[in-house]
Amino acid sequence: MSNKIFVIAEHLNGQVEDITYEMIGKAKEIGGEVITVLLGSGAQNLAADFGSDKVLYVDDAQLANFNPEAYCKTIVQLCHAHAPNIVLVGNTSQGMDIAAGVSVACDMPLVAYASDVTADTITSQLYGGKMSVSSHVADGRFIAAILAGAFDTEAGKGSGASIETADAPDLTGLKIQFKQLVAPEGGDVDITTQDVLVSVGRGIQNEDNLEIVQALADKLGGALSSSRPIVDSKWLPKTRQVGKSGLKVKPKVYIAVGISGAPEHIEGMKDAECIIAINTDPNAPIFDYAHYGVTEDLFDVVPALTDKL
Amino acid sequence: MNIIVPIKQVPDLVEELEVDSSGKSLDREWLKFKVNEFDDHALEEALLLKEDTGGTVTAIALDGDDIDKALFAAAAKGADRVVKITGVDGAPTNHQAAKAFANALSSLDYDLVFTGVQSVEDRDGQLGVLLAHYLNLPHISVVTGVSVSGSGVNVQKEYGGGVIAEFEAATPIVLGIQAARETPRYVPVAKVRRAMRSTEMEEMTAGDISVGAGAEIQRMFKPESSGSAEMLSGSAEEIASTLADIIKNKM
Ligand SMILES: Cc1cc2nc3c(=O)[nH]c(=O)nc-3n(C[C@H](O)[C@H](O)[C@H](O)COP(=O)(O)OP(=O)(O)OC[C@H]3O[C@@H](n4cnc5c(N)ncnc54)[C@H](O)[C@@H]3O)c2cc1C
Repeated sequence: MSNKIFVIAEHLNGQVEDITYEMIGKAKEIGGEVITVLLGSGAQNLAADFGSDKVLYVDDAQLANFNPEAYCKTIVQLCHAHAPNIVLVGNTSQGMDIAAGVSVACDMPLVAYASDVTADTITSQLYGGKMSVSSHVADGRFIAAILAGAFDTEAGKGSGASIETADAPDLTGLKIQFKQLVAPEGGDVDITTQDVLVSVGRGIQNEDNLEIVQALADKLGGALSSSRPIVDSKWLPKTRQVGKSGLKVKPKVYIAVGISGAPEHIEGMKDAECIIAINTDPNAPIFDYAHYGVTEDLFDVVPALTDKL
Repeated sequence: MNIIVPIKQVPDLVEELEVDSSGKSLDREWLKFKVNEFDDHALEEALLLKEDTGGTVTAIALDGDDIDKALFAAAAKGADRVVKITGVDGAPTNHQAAKAFANALSSLDYDLVFTGVQSVEDRDGQLGVLLAHYLNLPHISVVTGVSVSGSGVNVQKEYGGGVIAEFEAATPIVLGIQAARETPRYVPVAKVRRAMRSTEMEEMTAGDISVGAGAEIQRMFKPESSGSAEMLSGSAEEIASTLADIIKNKM
């Protein structure tokens, strides 16, 4: 059987998100007819560099900005009409709202947290990246929610995809209405332009202990960044958060202190030039991405390092 | 607003995880469990919303490891009702769990359902979105703020880089909570014990939880370490010296 693969494009603020190209590239590798599904309003030009065979474009004012209800309805209708056997969607804030809906409405098996996909086997990263699971679908009909950053973006770029437009379903009377996008407040420090980041996670235990990592950052002339729980606890501002819902950083040196390396964190820092991880758990996934690893207690190593510099 | 909060126990990742003899799932025998951290945020946001605007909070869970303790802890924090769903054995998929919750919710009265946005075991997708679709309700996930607005709710959903999308939504709706406004409250053990004595644990049966065939697990394994990390050993002093040299070289 030849595959028909839907790739659900993702865009925000008029910009195509990299995950779109990553999935198109992967879909081409799986093989078959690759159709990128793009929803928007006056957004057809976003498809200019999609490397798929075809683009299925749906234009409607209600689709101008992502709306979980409107997007889900539209994509379900397209899946019914075109019957793709594989649907690739991002394991992202937008994709999460689509994947399960399509799975239930079209009775398609769903596999999330996918870090690799073939025509019938999907590998997921579970338990914060501490376990991998391969799942098999005998008839090759499934939806995979793909982790951002898992595949190459360049492989999904191209030109000359034929664009076909499709009608939106009836989108009147939606229960969810999009209001606006709000940009985050600017911070005191821009962590995306730093050469050195000392990044702190839940291993630091409490707010007072931040002194220890701040002292190291100061000594290195770098800045302090963090994992999400530190920001959720309000110990550091949102602008210091590295990862999926934070910022992507590429410093020369990234020192991860008491950070486990959950996939959502890795997404934001894996391209740093030199990653040093300090974590007492030798099985912490962060060590799979680090160039240098230390399993000693951070409360011993960090002050000692600050002294040596 | 009447709010339902489904909660779930998940393996504590601080423990060493091992694969069982089937090669397809975790060895649960020695595992320590804790409430999914995002469910804690969902409960916290529900309690804060109740404190702002009135209503009730019901915590509901599938029967399983240490679930009574988790539900009584929810009661101690301020949940008005705690409900345990029986009749689901073993480790259900999220499709099955969502079906069980959907069945139970059909006999409860609610305006909002708050789930944790995800858990560490969502191989077949996030529970909240699945639940919404079985209930035929709208859904928004990765929510970092909810407030009552007219007869509905104003919802903030988070994207990458901290960009927030704001939505107005009618109720009932299912929301996948990423982070509550406040750090989830802590409750001392003594208070949980008191709640155990004073709270009635309601029970419901899961009903029909048959769902379409999912993808079959072939193998669970520890990710092969890329082995690229050079592990430094020695005393803290020795490690610090080596690290200092490495860092100076890179800058
Ligand atoms: C939609 C969504 C988006 C998300 N976005 C992000 C994001 O942008 N960024 C992000 O970081 N997370 C994000 N997360 C959260 C992510 O799933 C993890 O929960 C989070 O990254 C864990 O943070 P942590 O590593 O600091 O904490 P933990 O996972 O709790 O790890 C703490 C680590 O510290 C170690 N440790 C403890 N004590 C010591 C000691 N004394 N010395 C040395 N090491 C010690 C432990 O071994 C452990 O590995 C997101 C989650 C969701 C659902």
